[in-house]
Amino acid sequence: MIKSELVIKIAENNPHLYHRDVERIVNRVFDEITQAMHQGNRVELRGFGAFSAKERQARTGRNPRTGAAVDVTEKRVPFFKTGKELRQRLNTKG
Amino acid sequence: MSGKTLTRADLTEVLHREVGLSRTESAEMVNSILDLVSDSLVAGHTVKLSSFGTFMVRAKRQRMGRNPKTGVEVPITPRRVLVFRPSQIMKNIVNGQEPGDED
Repeated sequence: MIKSELVIKIAENNPHLYHRDVERIVNRVFDEITQAMHQGNRVELRGFGAFSAKERQARTGRNPRTGAAVDVTEKRVPFFKTGKELRQRLNTKG
Repeated sequence: MSGKTLTRADLTEVLHREVGLSRTESAEMVNSILDLVSDSLVAGHTVKLSSFGTFMVRAKRQRMGRNPKTGVEVPITPRRVLVFRPSQIMKNIVNGQEPGDED
């Protein structure tokens, strides 16, 4: 499923809303999650999962093609941990 | 870290405030977005949200594990796990850089 398909499904379930408003709603929700991580906050969506940004220290990496040493600056990596309910649902049928 | 945690209630509030839906309807929107994504994943599909990231379901085979407390070897049953791969845009934003283009 891609985002436009998600928008179509929600629009179908909410005939009183314009398609472009549903698009705005969906984008707003996901943008807010990204912004929270940008601000260094955690996002906890019960039943679904939690987003957080993990700190990665600066390190010396290597250019895999040339083997040359390159300095990699410290950075933050978005991380998602699946929620309990979703994890169970992924493993209950069959 | 600034100890704040964003929850479903905060997302509801954002929609209520900025899109002008009632609080009830905003809450329903947040829930139905997350439910539709979950349902699609449970059905085994990949969910790709441009500028956000991709959720994928991976099947793991059985492997041997160990009870860390007792040291006893126990088989870890085959299972499905969810993997999230953030988009380049998300990685850039989280690092305070320009969002840039889709990866």
